[in-house]
Amino acid sequence: MIEALNLILVTMILGLAAWTIVVRDTFAATVGFLVYGLLLALAWVSLRAIDVALTEVAIGAGLTGALLIGAASRLKQVVTARGDEPGMLTRLMAGLVSAAVAGGLAACILALPEPAPTLAEAVAANLGATGVGNPITGVLMAFRALDTLLEATVLLFAVVGVWSLAPDRAWGGRAGPAHRSDPNGILAYLGRVLPPIGIVIAIYILWVGADDPGGKFQGATILAAMWTLVIMAGLVDVPPVSRTSLRLALVAGPAVFIALGAVGAAAGGAFLAWPAGLEKALIVVVEVALMPSLAVTLGLLLAGAPGRPA
Amino acid sequence: MTAGLQDITTPGGLLLVLAVLLPVIGLLAGLVLGGRHARSAALVTIAAGLAVALAVADAVLVSGGTLVYLMGGWAPPLGVLLRADGLSAAMMLAAAVVVAGIAVYAGRDFGTARGEPESRRSLAFWLLLLAVWSGLNLVFVTRDLFTGYVALEMLTFAAVPLVCLDGKGETIRAALRYLLFALAGSMLYLLGVFLLYGMYGTVDMALLAERAGPDVTTIAAIALLTLGLAAKTALFPLHLWLPPAHSGAPPAASAILSGLVVKGSWFLVVRIWLDVFPGVVTVTSAELLAAFGAAAILAGNLVALRQQRLKLLVAYSTVAQIGYLFVMFPLAAGLTAAGLDDAPARSAGLLQAVSHALAKAAMFMAAGLIYKSVGHDRIAELAGSARAMPLTLLTFALAGIALMGLPPGGAYAAKKLFFDSTAATGLGWLEVVLNAGAFLTAGYTVLVLAHALRPAGALLKLESRPSRVGELSALALALASLLLGCAAADMIPGASLAGAFTPAGILSALLILAGGVAIAGAFGLQLPWAGRGGGPAAALVALRRLTVAVGVLVVRADGALRQWPVATTTLLLAALAFAAVIAAGT
Amino acid sequence: MMPDTTTLLGLCAAALVGLGLYGLIVHPQPLRKILAFNILGNGIFMICAVIARRGAGAGFGGDPVPQALLITAIVVAFAASALAVATLLRLHGETGDTSIAPEAPAGGKTGGH
Repeated sequence: MIEALNLILVTMILGLAAWTIVVRDTFAATVGFLVYGLLLALAWVSLRAIDVALTEVAIGAGLTGALLIGAASRLKQVVTARGDEPGMLTRLMAGLVSAAVAGGLAACILALPEPAPTLAEAVAANLGATGVGNPITGVLMAFRALDTLLEATVLLFAVVGVWSLAPDRAWGGRAGPAHRSDPNGILAYLGRVLPPIGIVIAIYILWVGADDPGGKFQGATILAAMWTLVIMAGLVDVPPVSRTSLRLALVAGPAVFIALGAVGAAAGGAFLAWPAGLEKALIVVVEVALMPSLAVTLGLLLAGAPGRPA
Repeated sequence: MTAGLQDITTPGGLLLVLAVLLPVIGLLAGLVLGGRHARSAALVTIAAGLAVALAVADAVLVSGGTLVYLMGGWAPPLGVLLRADGLSAAMMLAAAVVVAGIAVYAGRDFGTARGEPESRRSLAFWLLLLAVWSGLNLVFVTRDLFTGYVALEMLTFAAVPLVCLDGKGETIRAALRYLLFALAGSMLYLLGVFLLYGMYGTVDMALLAERAGPDVTTIAAIALLTLGLAAKTALFPLHLWLPPAHSGAPPAASAILSGLVVKGSWFLVVRIWLDVFPGVVTVTSAELLAAFGAAAILAGNLVALRQQRLKLLVAYSTVAQIGYLFVMFPLAAGLTAAGLDDAPARSAGLLQAVSHALAKAAMFMAAGLIYKSVGHDRIAELAGSARAMPLTLLTFALAGIALMGLPPGGAYAAKKLFFDSTAATGLGWLEVVLNAGAFLTAGYTVLVLAHALRPAGALLKLESRPSRVGELSALALALASLLLGCAAADMIPGASLAGAFTPAGILSALLILAGGVAIAGAFGLQLPWAGRGGGPAAALVALRRLTVAVGVLVVRADGALRQWPVATTTLLLAALAFAAVIAAGT
Repeated sequence: MMPDTTTLLGLCAAALVGLGLYGLIVHPQPLRKILAFNILGNGIFMICAVIARRGAGAGFGGDPVPQALLITAIVVAFAASALAVATLLRLHGETGDTSIAPEAPAGGKTGGH
C-alpha cells in the first residue's frame, strides 16, 4: 500500500517536472513548479526529513515559487527570437547527454555502500553537549555553526548584489510597484488579520526548533511571507534601501552571530564554541537575533532591486 | 570528539578566522554607515586584512608551520576545520596585495565626495570587493568540501554584480550568462560533494583522502567536482561567459575578476586532485585536464590576437592564461605515481597563479586608464598614446613581459620548475604548447605596443589625464609580478634564476620577443607599418593572408563554442569523459 | 519486486537531475533556465536526502548531518534564484529582451585586414 503511494508520488513528481520543462507557456511552467515543489515536500516526509520538508515547503516551493511567478508575470510579453530556438540536433544531443548523466547517477545510487556510512551515532553521542534536542539544530548551530554563519553572509551578499542591479535613477528607492488595494477588500483584510497569527506561528516554530523539527529558517520564511502580504495589500510600502533602520535590520543577525562567536573564542576556547552551561542560551540568542534579519533578507530578495525612487 | 594530532588548533589559527570574517565585518559596517563611509570601512578593513595575511605568511611560509583551527572546538567529521599550508598562505598574501592595489587604483573612480549623496556604483563596488575577498580567503583555508561550496557561492554572488556594475545592457547580459553557467557548475560540484558523503560519511578533505578508493561513485564525484569547478574557472572550452563579462566590467572589477576570482575555483581543483584524491586520479586523466589547458593557451591567445578592442584582448588573454594553471596536474600526478613529493608541481602552479593575478590585474588597470583617458579602447586607434601616457603603456608592457614567461617573472620560475622536473619527460607536447603560448603572448603585447608607439598624426588629445595614483598602483602590481621570480628563487628549491641571465638565457628571451614581433605581424591586426615595400613583400602578404585565415577560423570556432547549448553540452560530455578516463586507468 | 522507497526516490532524483539538465541546456529563455536549475537542484537535494535516510541510526530517522547540509543548500539556492531573477528583470528593463545569446562574434570584422 505504502509502496503504491510512493510510486504514485514519484510519478506525479516526475510528470510535473517534465511538464514544467516541456510546456510552452512560461507562466504555466512556474505554476506547475509551485505544485511540484509541494509534492516534493511529501517526498522529504517519506524520507523522514521533516526539517527539510518544512524548509522545502517554505523556501523551495513557497518563496522560490512566488519569485518565479512574479518574474513570469512581468515577462509575459517576451517573445523568443526565431534564431534562438534550439534545433533538432541540439535537442537530441542535450537529451542524450542529460540521459547519460542521469543514468550514470542512477548507477551510482544503486552502488552506494551497504551498510551506509553515517554520522548519526556521532551526532547522538555529542548532542548532549550542545544543549539542544533537535539533532539538525545541533549540527547547524553547534557542530557546523560556521556554515550557518556563512550562509547568513551569503544571503547578505545576494541582497547587496540584487540592490546593485537598480538603475541609477532609482538608487536608494523602493523595490517593486506601489501596491494599492481596496481598503475594504479581501487582500487588505487578510493583510490585517494574518500577520499577527503568522508572527506567533513563526516564533513558535523558532522556539520549538531547538528540540523538535523547526527552526529559524522556516520561521523567518513565514515572517517574510507575512511582510510580503502586508506590502501587497498596500498597508505598508517596501522600505527604501537607503533607510538606515532597514540596513541595521539586515546586519543585526550576522553581527550578533559573529560577536557571540568571538565570545566563544574568548571564553570557550574556539570561535563559535559555546562556553559550557551557556550553550542553549547562546544558541537561542543567536537564533532570535538571526530570525528577524533572515526574514528581512528573504523578503528583500523576493522584492528585488529598487525600481522607483524613494 | 577525538582528532588526529595534526587536527589540533595551533596558536595563530585564529588568524584564519580573521582572514575570512574581517572583510565580512567591513561589509556590515560599510552597509550600515553607507555613502562615503563604505569606502573608508573598506580601506580600513583592507589594511587590517593585509596585516592578517602577512602574519599568516610569516607563520607558515617563513617559520614553515601549518595553521589549523577547529571551528567551535568540534573536529571533523562532525565539525569543520580551517587549515593553512604554504599554498594557502601564499595565495592569501597574493589576494591581499591585489585587493589592496585595486583599492588604491579604484579610490578616485569609486569615491564619493563629501556632501554627495550615496552612489549605487560606489557602495556596491566596495561592499562587493570585500565580499569577494572574504570568499577567496575561505576557499584558501577551508578543509571541508561543503564549506567550499558555500565559499564558491560567496564568490559567485559577489562577482556577478561586479560585471554589470556600470549598468549597460550588454554587461547585464554578460552577468546573467556568467551567473547561470556558474550556477550550473555549482550544482555539479554540490552533487559530487553529496555523492562523496554517501560513499564515505564525511566531506572533510583529510578524512576523504584516508578513506577514498577508486570505485564508480567516487570517480563520478571527482568528475563532477572537477567539471563544476572548471565551469566556474572558464577553462576552455567552457569559457563562454568570460570574455564579455571581464571586458564589460569596470576596470577595477575586471582586475579582481580576472586576477583572483577565477583562481578560487581553480584552487579547489588543486586541493581535490593533489590533496584529496591523488591515489584515485590517473596520470592520463591529469593529462586530459592539461590538454584542455593546452587548448586554452592556443585558442585563447590566437583569438586575443584578432581582437580589435583592448579590453577584449586582455579578457581572451585571461582565457589563455587559465590554461597555464592546469599544466601542473600531469606533473603532480606523475610525481605521485613515481612515489615522489609533488612539491615542484605545487610550486609551479602557485607561481603561475600569483604571477598571473598580479600581471593581469595590472593589465586591466592599464587598459582601464587608457579607456578613460583616450575615450575608447580600439587598438588600431591608439596611436600616440605611448607618448601621452608613458607610465601606463610601460605598465602594460611589463605586465605582458611577465605573462610571456620572461625572467625574472614568476611565470618564468614556474616554467623552469615545470621543465626541470624529471617527471616531465612524458610531457614534451606540453612544453611545445607552453613555448607557443609564450610566442603568442609576446605577439599581442607587441601588437598593442606597436599601435601605441606609433606617433599620431595630430597630437593625441586626451579626454583626461590618467590618475597618477592609478598608474602607480598598476605599475606596482606589474613590477611585483615581474620580480616574483626573485622571491621564488629565495624560497623555493629548484627555482633559481641562475640560468636566466646567461647568454643562452638572454638569447631565448630575445627569441621570444622576436617571435612575438613575427606573430603580431602574421596573425594580429594590421600592424601600422605593414603594407609597404615590394618584392619579397608579395610572399609576405600571401603568408599573412594564410595566417589571418587561420586566425579567423579560430575566432569562428570560438564563437561556435560560446553558444550556450554547445557549452553546456560540452560541460556534461567532458564530465562523462573524465569519469570514463579515470575509470579506464584504474 | 519493487525497489524500496529510498532507492525509488533515489532513482526519481536521478531522473530529476536529467530533466533539469535538459531544460538548462535547451531553453533559450533565461527564466526557463532558472526553473530548470531549480529542478536540477531539487534532484541533487533529493539524492542527499536519500543518502541521509540510508544513514538512519541512533534513534534518528535519518543522518542529521546531510539533512542540515540540505537546509543550507536550499536556502543558498533560493538566494541564487533571487539574484538570477533580479539580473534577468534588469536585463529586460534595460534592453527589452532577455536572450543571453552573444551579440556579435568576437573579433568583429572577419574579412580582409
